Amino acid sequence: MWLFDKDLWSEIFASLGKNMFRTFLTMLGVIIAMVILVLLLGGSNGMSNGFNKIFAGTASNSLFVWSQRTSEPYKGFERGRRIQFKLEDAGILKEQIEEIEVLAPRIELGSHRGVVTVYRNGRTSGSAVYGDYPNIDDIMKKKLVEGRFLNENDMADSKKVCVIGEETYKLLFDKEENAIGKDVRINGVFFNIVGIYKPNQNINIDGENSVYIPFSTFQKAFGSGDRMGWMAISVQPDTQVTIVESKIKQLLKNKYDINPIDERAIGSFDLSEVFNNISAFTGVLKGVSFFVGILTLLAGVIAISNILLITVKERTKEIGVRRALGATPKVVKRQIVLESIMITVFAGFIGFAIAVGILAAVNGMIGEDSDIPFYNLMVSIPQFIISFVLMVGLSVLIGLIPANRAVRIKPIEALREE
Amino acid sequence: MIEIKDLHKSYKMGSNSLHVLKGINFSVEEGELVAIMGSSGSGKSTLLNILGMLDNSDSGEYILDGVPIKNLNETKAAQYRNKFLGFVFQSFNLINYKSALENVALPLYYQKVGRKERLEKSLKYLDQVGLKEWAEHLPSELSGGQKQRVAIARAMAAEPKVLLADEPTGALDSKTSYEVMDLIQKINDQGNTILIVTHEPDIADMCKRIVHLKDGVIIEDKKIKQVRAEQYV
Ligand SMILES: Nc1ncnc2c1ncn2[C@@H]1O[C@H](COP(=O)(O)OP(=O)(O)O)[C@@H](O)[C@H]1O
Ligand SMILES: [Mg+2]
Repeated sequence: MWLFDKDLWSEIFASLGKNMFRTFLTMLGVIIAMVILVLLLGGSNGMSNGFNKIFAGTASNSLFVWSQRTSEPYKGFERGRRIQFKLEDAGILKEQIEEIEVLAPRIELGSHRGVVTVYRNGRTSGSAVYGDYPNIDDIMKKKLVEGRFLNENDMADSKKVCVIGEETYKLLFDKEENAIGKDVRINGVFFNIVGIYKPNQNINIDGENSVYIPFSTFQKAFGSGDRMGWMAISVQPDTQVTIVESKIKQLLKNKYDINPIDERAIGSFDLSEVFNNISAFTGVLKGVSFFVGILTLLAGVIAISNILLITVKERTKEIGVRRALGATPKVVKRQIVLESIMITVFAGFIGFAIAVGILAAVNGMIGEDSDIPFYNLMVSIPQFIISFVLMVGLSVLIGLIPANRAVRIKPIEALREE
Repeated sequence: MIEIKDLHKSYKMGSNSLHVLKGINFSVEEGELVAIMGSSGSGKSTLLNILGMLDNSDSGEYILDGVPIKNLNETKAAQYRNKFLGFVFQSFNLINYKSALENVALPLYYQKVGRKERLEKSLKYLDQVGLKEWAEHLPSELSGGQKQRVAIARAMAAEPKVLLADEPTGALDSKTSYEVMDLIQKINDQGNTILIVTHEPDIADMCKRIVHLKDGVIIEDKKIKQVRAEQYV
């Protein structure tokens, strides 16, 4: 098999090696093209990884549902009626709509997006205060800097504990001061701090400055009874959020005598849409990167073909001699095509190594703890394989141009003495 | 060994055509050393190229070692050249980035002779032309005479039936020319058939037969007593 023919390879290396400088210049185009391709792919992969990292812990297939005022009259009710969810709604929904995976009821102190004053040792913070079920953490994971999040025990015993945001901590405590185990006062009730969390800068539904207490504690401490403010809901992995969303609304509209055409009475936010948009965006970005990269590569390979054409012209005499000595057209052709492949592949590997080095350096600079949506910029193995197969394929096709030119050289014309 | 009958060749140049060979008839026996002479432009190279299957005739017959040479495609011609013929050119035509040894080995490479055997054989032929010590040198490091001797070793390495040499001494001074002729004579002494194109009478006299071309026909074809080149080197 010619592929393992040592002589063939030494023939190829000899002819490539005889003009090192030009061979290198020829390779430059492909090297640069490969660097561009890999950087583009690595960058778009990095962006997609970055988004994934940022949203890690946030269930992508989730939605939020809250109540508002009606906008249509119905069954004798005037429009503009305030709807108030009850805690029992959570149980009903969970029971009747099987696509619901996790449902976390929540209640907020004060009006929606309202702020209450949190006191500690004469310091104050205007914070949002939420009564939460611990399972909210399954939908929107809190990044805790210290301590823990609310748990089932807190719920069961209605413990007066709270988890506070970093912002709240800064307002209520000195720098470096230990907050775990300390008390804060909200509406005259003392809560013991069990954890401090860092809000996610990129996806922040709860606001910067928030305090979480167990739902049951909230009910008792602030006398909210069976009221429920809103719900965070995640649906089964292979279910479309919009379908579940409309089922939920239908059920609630029915329960609260809301006109079925009323679009305003129940508010909701479909988080999966955001995720879909982002993944569509990164998907398109990857596609475009690949396309642009491959075109660049094509340009690089064409440059190789061009130089090989010039080389073939210069080597007219040599090729004539080889033909006179018994090189068949097939052998000549194969040699030129293999030269094209060799230069391309070698250049490709150099470019690849350079680009991977750059990506690694960029990764090092970004680090693990960054909030910008770039993380682990790398090309995947399939992308690497596809790029190389394409590159070799192109170099064969393009190498055929100078190869055919070489074959057209008649030994007699090549050998004619001037 | 070689038989040609009524060979014609003309070159088309625009609307006119130049009739270069106008019916050549001659034959060469095995072991002959033939000089093809004639003034510049008389068609010597054209004839040799046709004999070397580097070019096609317009009409006529050409039989090489009993094989009719006709309508060859490029692949077949390359294989026949490789098997039957050795070439020596005026300007040596060594491949400049290959060592003397690699140059000699090239026809064997195209014969698909294994690497080890190929290099052994090539070294043997380099030894025969007295350049064993120069095996690893590049052509640029060799003198003209040495280059031509490498070229002769290369032509002989494939053990061809006929050695074709177009003005092998054309680029050499007379002393070196005689050295090369001495080598050619010795190769001929071993029974090899050799055709040399030359326009130098002293070189022709070192052959065993002189064929004189003029205006596309053979005007003279005579056997001569060979002048040995040895005495001049
Ligand atoms: N490819 C060609 N096209 C046109 N004319 C040619 C070609 N090759 C040779 N000739 C012409 O044919 C004639 C014979 O050439 P050639 O055989 O090279 O002569 P010699 O070798 O005897 O000097 C010359 O007049 C030359 O110009
Ligand atoms: Mg000539």
